[in-house]
Amino acid sequence: MEFKLTETQQLLQDTALRLMREKYGFEQRKEILRSPGGWSKPLWKEYAELGLLGVEIGEDFGGSGGSFADVAVVLEAFGRGLAVEPFLSTVIISAGLISSAGSDAQKKAVLPKIASGEMLVAFALGEPGSRFSPYNIVTSAKADGGDVILNGKKAVVIGGNDADMLIIAARNAGETHARDGLSLYLIDAKTKGVDIRAYRNTDERGAAEITLESVRIPSSALLGQASAGAGLIDAALDRANAALVCEATGAIEAVNELTLDYLKTRQQFGRPIGKFQALQHRMADMAMTAQLARSVMAIAIEYANSADAKARAWAVSAAKAQIIQSAQVAGRGAIQLHGGIGMTLEYAAGHYLRRLTAMEKMFGDYDWHLTRFSQVQAAGAA
Amino acid sequence: MELKYPAHVQAFADEVRAFTRANLPPETRDKVIRNLRVPREEQIHWQRKLCEKGWACPAWPKEYGGPGFTPLQRHVFDNVTQEEGAPAAIPFGESMIAPVIMAVGSPEQKAEYLPKIRTMEYFFCQGFSEPGSGSDLSSLRCAARLEGDEWVINGQKIWTSMAHHANMIFMLVRTDSSGKQQEGITMLVFSLDRPGITIRPIITMDEGHHTNEVFFDNVRVPKSALIGEPNKGWNYAKLLLGHERTIIARIGQSRRQLRILKDFAASELEDGAPLIAQQRWRDRIAAVEIELLALEVTALRAIAIQEENGAPGVEANLIKVKGSEIQQKMTELLMDAVGPYAIPFDEEHGFGRENEPSIGPELAASLAPNYLSTRVVTIYGGSNEIQRNIVAKTLGL
Repeated sequence: MEFKLTETQQLLQDTALRLMREKYGFEQRKEILRSPGGWSKPLWKEYAELGLLGVEIGEDFGGSGGSFADVAVVLEAFGRGLAVEPFLSTVIISAGLISSAGSDAQKKAVLPKIASGEMLVAFALGEPGSRFSPYNIVTSAKADGGDVILNGKKAVVIGGNDADMLIIAARNAGETHARDGLSLYLIDAKTKGVDIRAYRNTDERGAAEITLESVRIPSSALLGQASAGAGLIDAALDRANAALVCEATGAIEAVNELTLDYLKTRQQFGRPIGKFQALQHRMADMAMTAQLARSVMAIAIEYANSADAKARAWAVSAAKAQIIQSAQVAGRGAIQLHGGIGMTLEYAAGHYLRRLTAMEKMFGDYDWHLTRFSQVQAAGAA
Repeated sequence: MELKYPAHVQAFADEVRAFTRANLPPETRDKVIRNLRVPREEQIHWQRKLCEKGWACPAWPKEYGGPGFTPLQRHVFDNVTQEEGAPAAIPFGESMIAPVIMAVGSPEQKAEYLPKIRTMEYFFCQGFSEPGSGSDLSSLRCAARLEGDEWVINGQKIWTSMAHHANMIFMLVRTDSSGKQQEGITMLVFSLDRPGITIRPIITMDEGHHTNEVFFDNVRVPKSALIGEPNKGWNYAKLLLGHERTIIARIGQSRRQLRILKDFAASELEDGAPLIAQQRWRDRIAAVEIELLALEVTALRAIAIQEENGAPGVEANLIKVKGSEIQQKMTELLMDAVGPYAIPFDEEHGFGRENEPSIGPELAASLAPNYLSTRVVTIYGGSNEIQRNIVAKTLGL
């Protein structure tokens, strides 16, 4: 496990942190949230120009061919700055899926445009009745001549609000809940029969409920092998969760700094409130939990792209379960230690809590990752 | 299984339940259950129903128009009505300033304020906290000086909940800075419709408008706004905050949320089986139910002690701490129960556009805002850290 940044990572981190400092101040962020779509298109262009959207994309497709550890420093900075651009959905999840499973034609059509900031892609996996089970997919894919017809409903599609392309997980064989018989399709979001109900999440990022009604697509839209979607879904979920761990680590450290500063400056009973032991202990717990966050971030980075699916599940689920615990200690603690001011929309602490709260429920909650971790452990022991 | 009251109390609980079911408009009940804002007219409508029945202001004695409930009846009344989805009474008038007026108000003040508080013609807010005076409330600086027949008020209050709906305020003002900070505080009561008062909304992180800043610029109020004696306001405030603490526990509300959680866990499927079929979920629900049971019995014991001693003891602090923590726990469990649908911020659904279909399950729509706004219950009414300090003090530490 690597605890030191490489020179490239140092550069990427400096770039991303500077952007957050200069372009993502509290008031600037408010403007961004009010702008059409609720995120910054000019900044997205700037991320592209600075190479942040193509860190992991291969050099042949307009990226710089970097590692997950490289993109992790960007994610951490975005968590710290509470950036709301569709980085997770497009760059981490979708570009990752297309890079690993796409045909040459699909890669050529999409990856350069993601790297240049011209195309947004979202992964439509969950369904209204699926909760966190990734294989509990009812949406059907049926062959019809040389085409495929999709029917079904997709729920809480992160980034689905603004996507140009969608990756649809659908069932072409097997029973509901079965791991076999799932396929992924890369389709234009404007295809006839695709209905998108866009909304924003508690963390201010966008999502959508998507209805697919007799959506006719060419069979070349298939991403990867037919009926072998489950392995791709696992990999995408692990990358998404590893990314959330990195973002949350940045957010936890930032909200801790904010809280510590408040404890040192806010005066009550004639002294800074940080002089009171009850508050000191809570702040100490928050500081310790941030250390655990940083540690599981290292684990998540190490395994995010691992080809060993079992080890990857073990590592990423451990990291996600711990980061949720840390997020609760830091996020809720920050509000409590601030008191009234922490409750207001005009103060950053509440926005960190909102970010961390949404993170908890994305791509598997605490229970789901706990179960997954313990199942891997049990299987290993058997 | 549920906690059993003695037969005569159980009969009363049944009567309250039957009355509430018969008289609470379904649209009001629906809003309460879905954590939506209850419009003022609906709040007043329910209060009028209670007035007709003689049950409005359940803590008040008969001589002031209350039902003269025993503390136990009052506890049962609060919990049953909350469980049934009745809007919680706005505490500022009937539960906070009214007991102070009854204790130290003049006959004129009692005659003027109490009947109108009862009918909600007077809608009160509370001017206590200031930007520099939160937990250290007695350091407050908003000042009043007597000029002829009038008090002239200058300064600022913050976290003034409901000020934008209220027409009356009770507030603490600094009238003497020479001695100990607790000793120069005076309590005033007056109407908000006067020059020099500016109410500015504070939007909280759930994006709701619940609270405000209130500014006083040479605001003139009659001398008769004084409650009790000048410079004794701190004592009245302590009396009033003691009442607030037991109100914040909201045991009936948590019971209602528990029932909603159980129903949802029985119907929400995960991999084909309801959540409640998972041992993990059953344990989790059982744990909070047991805590709630222990809290309720503690409240009953506190009532017995109060009936004997005439004043709430240290149990009031415990009830506030535990009650507020359980409320937060309930919002967390509900978020866990709806799973991915806890992610959307369905604010349009929650704040006034409730006729549109919700994004996920109906229950999910208000959960995220409710989770966020409920973080405040461990902060207000004296933060839980302050409550623990008080408990420690009573232990002789």
